[in-house]
Amino acid sequence: MAEQSMPNQSLNQSSQRSLKRSNEPVFWALFGAGGVVAAFLLPAVILITGLAAPLGIPSPELFSYERASAFASSWAGALFLFIVISLSLWHGLHRVYHSSHELGIHRGPLLSVIRLVCYGTALGGTVLSAYWLIAAL
Amino acid sequence: MTQKTIDIEVLRYNPEKDYKPSYQTFEVPFADETSVLQGLQYIKDQLDGSLTFRWSCRMEICGSCGMMINGVPNLTCSSFLRDYYPGKLRIEPLSHLPIERDLAVDQTDFLQKLESIHPYIIPKENQSVEEGPFKQTPAQRERFYQYSECINCLLCYAACPQYGLDSDFLGPAAMALLHRYNSDSRDDGKAERMPIVNAQEGVWACTLVGYCSEVCPKGVDPASAVNRNKVNSTLDYFFRFMAPKGAAE
Amino acid sequence: MATRRPYMRPMAGWWRRNPFYLFYMLRESTAVFVTLYALQLLYGVYTLTVGQAAFEAWLARLQHPVYIVFHALALAAALLHAFTWFNVAPKAMPALYLGTRRVSDRTVVRVQFVIFFVVSAIMLGVALGG
Repeated sequence: MAEQSMPNQSLNQSSQRSLKRSNEPVFWALFGAGGVVAAFLLPAVILITGLAAPLGIPSPELFSYERASAFASSWAGALFLFIVISLSLWHGLHRVYHSSHELGIHRGPLLSVIRLVCYGTALGGTVLSAYWLIAAL
Repeated sequence: MTQKTIDIEVLRYNPEKDYKPSYQTFEVPFADETSVLQGLQYIKDQLDGSLTFRWSCRMEICGSCGMMINGVPNLTCSSFLRDYYPGKLRIEPLSHLPIERDLAVDQTDFLQKLESIHPYIIPKENQSVEEGPFKQTPAQRERFYQYSECINCLLCYAACPQYGLDSDFLGPAAMALLHRYNSDSRDDGKAERMPIVNAQEGVWACTLVGYCSEVCPKGVDPASAVNRNKVNSTLDYFFRFMAPKGAAE
Repeated sequence: MATRRPYMRPMAGWWRRNPFYLFYMLRESTAVFVTLYALQLLYGVYTLTVGQAAFEAWLARLQHPVYIVFHALALAAALLHAFTWFNVAPKAMPALYLGTRRVSDRTVVRVQFVIFFVVSAIMLGVALGG
């Protein structure tokens, strides 16, 4: 009987009776905000910092330490970097966490560990980016 | 003139004899206008009377004859054998639902869920016949109309992997109908329905795969019903203390 | 009376069963690149706080082909994310009305693409225009 599992109807009926408000709105709001940021901003940001900067296109002087730190230590630049980094993390790691369910990890301690690592990393990245950016102001 | 034939491979399951389902192939003659449902009826009438499947109206209204055709959820009454020729067809019962026998699935879970969402207008105050009907403008009607087109055929449940992975999820059609009543200007039952929306089993089991809206034969967009209610549920979550009875519209 | 013994089919490997699911999983996998890139950028910000040498070492490391390939893949993933995000956004947004006329999903998608191109052009202009 390994392959066959019976339909889980008793579970269904009990869950209909005791509906619990989910805390998912907190994570979904951050995921959604991050999704918007990643969609509108990330392609250009990746092109600039990941490809143009290391390849020195159009010219290496554009990516000097002076120019980069001037950007990061301005209020607008720091806010921009904070939003891009922290919300991208909340977006990406929320999806990674949900994928673990899709790939067959439905419950149990392993799922709790994945959840802790995903949201912990997002929270840690948020705190660190705020700390470093404020320090640079 | 010899008639064209096509091979139909059917997933068979007899709960009294079979440990698990297996495929059986039938050769079925067909014409240009032969629907997949008619192909199955040919098998039942001419080749094997024990083949079990549901059907009723033959014209995309009753929602009884949904099956997987080559892995895609479809109504068999409005799918035609000619479109699969010269290949063959593999017909299975709707995915993610328990197989009762052959191509018939157990619909109990959906029917219970449909009941749980209060799929009827709950007016603020009942109106007597003398007071006349509840009036609605075309613009108000437009806000829910597409969701009311649902025929409960369950193709969207067969399309939804999240329902397949965890059948506690209320699912696309039930949520589309929940949204249909919540969006109706004559309805005042939102407070009764929001606890379902707000639960993990409500909108939060959905990851917007979006296949439900692709397969719907009636042009309903269940994915939008579920995901617009994520916004409603989020507003409800954060603003519930400010506006006691559901701030979201 | 017949015995009931409903049969549940296993879900293992569900995402390989349909091209639609396969594309969905590709969409979800963009999150891995978004995450890794954000961590990489976070590290870059950290080097700025350390000083010029650390920043220049980071920039030099990014010239390694492995990083160039990673960022090319991350760019592709971000573009795929943007494309899929704009396309499903109308499903998650409350229906928009101009007067009594419903704004079509297609219009909402197109407006997002226009904003995307304008915002990207401004960012590239400011960063690379000197």
